[in-house]
Amino acid sequence: MTAYSYTIEAVQILLLLFAAPAFAGWVRTVKCRMQGRTYAGIFQPYRDLAKLFSKDVILAENASWIFRVTPYIVFGVTVMIGGIIPLISIDLPFAATADVIALVMLFAIIRFFTALAGMDIGTAFGGMGSSREMTISSLAEPAMLMAVFTASLAANSTSLTQMVHVMAHGEFTLRPSLAFALLAFIMVHLTETGRVPVDNPSTHLELTMIHEAMILEYSGRHLALIEWASMMKLFIFSSLGIAVFCPWGIAASGDLVGMLIGAGVLAAKLAVLGIILVLIETGLAKMRLFRLTEFLGSAFLLATLGMLSFFILE
Amino acid sequence: MAPFDIAIVSVFLMASPVILAPCCAKSRGLTIYLSFAVTAAASLAAVAAGILAVHYGTNTSAIVQMGLPDLPFHLRLDPLAGFFLCVIGLLSLFVSIYSIGYVKGFSPSRPIVRFVVFYALFIVGMLLVVLADDAFFFLVAWELMAASSYFLVMYEDEKAENRRSAYLYLVIAHVGAIAILLSFGVMAGLANGFESFQGYTFDSMRATTYPVGWATAAFLLSFFGFAAKAGVIPLHVWLPEAHPVAPSNISALMSGVMLKTSIYGIVRITFDFLKFFPWWWGGIVLVLGLISAVLGVLYALMQHDLKRLLAYHSVENIGIILIGLGLSMIFTSFQFPVLAALALIAALYHTLNHAMFKGLLFMGAGAVLHATHERNMEEMGGLIHRMPWTSVFFLVGCVSIAALPPFNGFVSEWLTFQAFLLSPALQRPILNLLIPLGAALLALTGALAAACFVKAFGVTFLGHWRGHQSIQRVHEVGWHMRTGMMLAAVTCFALGIFPTIVINWMDVLPERLVGGRIAASAGAYGWMWLTPYARERASYSGFNVFIGIMLVVFVVWLLLHARKKAVHRVPIWDCGFEKINARMQYTATSFSMPIRRIFGFFFHIREESQAVEPIRHPAYPEKLQYRLRVRDRFWNWLYKPIGEGAFFIARKIGNLQQGRIQVYLIYSLVTIIVLLVFLG
Repeated sequence: MTAYSYTIEAVQILLLLFAAPAFAGWVRTVKCRMQGRTYAGIFQPYRDLAKLFSKDVILAENASWIFRVTPYIVFGVTVMIGGIIPLISIDLPFAATADVIALVMLFAIIRFFTALAGMDIGTAFGGMGSSREMTISSLAEPAMLMAVFTASLAANSTSLTQMVHVMAHGEFTLRPSLAFALLAFIMVHLTETGRVPVDNPSTHLELTMIHEAMILEYSGRHLALIEWASMMKLFIFSSLGIAVFCPWGIAASGDLVGMLIGAGVLAAKLAVLGIILVLIETGLAKMRLFRLTEFLGSAFLLATLGMLSFFILE
Repeated sequence: MAPFDIAIVSVFLMASPVILAPCCAKSRGLTIYLSFAVTAAASLAAVAAGILAVHYGTNTSAIVQMGLPDLPFHLRLDPLAGFFLCVIGLLSLFVSIYSIGYVKGFSPSRPIVRFVVFYALFIVGMLLVVLADDAFFFLVAWELMAASSYFLVMYEDEKAENRRSAYLYLVIAHVGAIAILLSFGVMAGLANGFESFQGYTFDSMRATTYPVGWATAAFLLSFFGFAAKAGVIPLHVWLPEAHPVAPSNISALMSGVMLKTSIYGIVRITFDFLKFFPWWWGGIVLVLGLISAVLGVLYALMQHDLKRLLAYHSVENIGIILIGLGLSMIFTSFQFPVLAALALIAALYHTLNHAMFKGLLFMGAGAVLHATHERNMEEMGGLIHRMPWTSVFFLVGCVSIAALPPFNGFVSEWLTFQAFLLSPALQRPILNLLIPLGAALLALTGALAAACFVKAFGVTFLGHWRGHQSIQRVHEVGWHMRTGMMLAAVTCFALGIFPTIVINWMDVLPERLVGGRIAASAGAYGWMWLTPYARERASYSGFNVFIGIMLVVFVVWLLLHARKKAVHRVPIWDCGFEKINARMQYTATSFSMPIRRIFGFFFHIREESQAVEPIRHPAYPEKLQYRLRVRDRFWNWLYKPIGEGAFFIARKIGNLQQGRIQVYLIYSLVTIIVLLVFLG
């Protein structure tokens, strides 16, 4: 644990903070292009954030401290998670703070407080969003953990750096279990980041919105923090998927060249992932709330199949 | 003083209000202050005795010349008893402080002395259960605990509901006690061949090796008995009835620590007496634990009575503890002492954690009840503005029970997950396949618990007040109650931040019980890092999580507040509707509606809606009536047939009673002839 590795840690957090809006912008741009709309460029999210940060805060009369504290907690926990996942190098002093299971529960903190904030104002929208979010997440979490367990069986560890190390720097083996787990993970990814078959990040229609319903009452810097955090969440979930299922390119140690290569590879992978995400979003229609049981049920089933195939085939 | 002496002092001190309270019955205030101060001091002594006993690994026993002629009372303080002394003492310390404020709020017409006497006897009973070292004394203490808690549940006995619940509790507690008694009988018989009472001491039970068949019988009987007390599904029905009607400080103790005495019993009998067992015992415990955990939380989600909801969560958490115990038993029977130690530590750590956060939550529910005189969440809302302290403490409880880092509930669930993930070490394909599914069910439980506590906290404390009376009536509770809750909340936090220290302390338990220990690896990287197996395998640092989040929050807050920005307070946006009111908020029932629909087959749901008096036009009814009743299915499946069967048999036997003396004389004659023929 030298000063150098702490520098890497700081660089990674800065990278997360400032690359996340670009990734969100990239996804939006590709989506617009795919759907034949004009687009504002990948830097639009930065302008949105800057605009929100410079605005005053409008608070409902009966908003309690929970409502005011939530954006900070959401932002803090997201940055915290960003410091744990190996993005460009596995030499991270912070990575041992939490393993994959703890990471899943850290995401649960964000959800817990956002849902509370949704109920704080006392409008029907907020309560509806919270209720739906908690229902969906309670179905998504077992699927998520099963996918992660399957992936961890190969590395015999739930520590992310160790999993990356075994996958990327160990000898290459074809693992059918990981294919199943990857499918399950993608479905959970769509759920957790509120993408199309589950939720729609760009709608405010009362019948469909989930995440947006909870944060409907936010404004100014509070909204900016939440928006930024959810961009980072998209970035983190994508790079978590990369780290677990496709970690080649992440530097084994902290040498500068390796990290530069790592950053380049990460950018390329994220660009491809963004396109895949948009293809899924454009190709599918939003599902009815109660159809999600089947969607997440099949995610769980796929992850379980992955685990079965690990024990049977590997 | 040796830990054992401190424990004895604690028991005597705890029993003293039985005499003290009637003496100063004239002054209500004095009774309350004196009695609860004494019980708090006694609890502190119990905690000290427990901590020291575990720390030094003491093994002191003593014999009191009381009890049966040939079987005096045996007492023993070993690390396992010490750990449970510590759990019981810690929560009763907080609850005793809390009770000063809570009991003062009782209406003046209620007799206080009765309450205080049974309160003291209840805790004495629990302390003696863990200290007892022979079957007879154990059962005496067990019954003392059951009977005094029965009277406490019955405390507000003017309501028929309370009498019914308390009776149900008493019946199930005693069905369980019979099974425990029989189990002791089996073990004592094998230990000593029924020659003398010596077989009933725990020492001789410990020294005996049991044949597998009889050991299985003893295990199943005792597990049934303890499961009835712990509220394992399907024996859980008394919990959601008895906990809501008991005074809240009693609910806190019953749910927080009384249920744990049955965990103590299971650990004592399986790991200490029987020692060698086939793996499927662990399988039974694991499966029942999983069922209790998942169904417990699902039923909890359907409740809108705050205390009933918490009672169902006790079922869930007992399930989680049993999951750990079951895994530990499986690992033990396959000779993996270190893995068994990890699972056992997870179970016992969750026992301690659950005592703290469930005690805290029940105290919080009591504070809400005290302030609003309401248990129904649908009549609450917005209490965070009127009860700022209580809401913070209750939130800590919610975050802990929802297993969110960095609080304590997370640590024990994380350890349980680690134990699950180490199951591939078992060389049995069937177990390798099924055990990870258990982990998924545990994940489902955790996520549903988070949903349930968003609902509990959100509906009770956030939003607008839904009640019919004015919210101005509602006030924050006094400082005694706040202190009790605060101490419990701080303990929850500390147990989440410093798990390594606690695990180092309690490592002697698995060493004695399953012959493995984990502290050497768990604390290998200092107090900040919890690495239960190996650092490469998994690591967690609650302290870093907390500091990291706080640091980011602080920096962001500073950056954003460097330049002054106005915060405008405005009325809520009502979409131009202008008639928005508190009844339009999401309620507890509507919050859990999606989950009710998805998991509907677990519940017995009766839902009816009816339009009333369509006067003007059939399409515009005046009023819409909606009724919903959700019950768990076990009552109809299991208890109703048994109850009806019992009545049926009783009626048939009642036919013997003709009310005519001739008939009774014939019965006597027949009896005498039968006796003469068969015994003569």
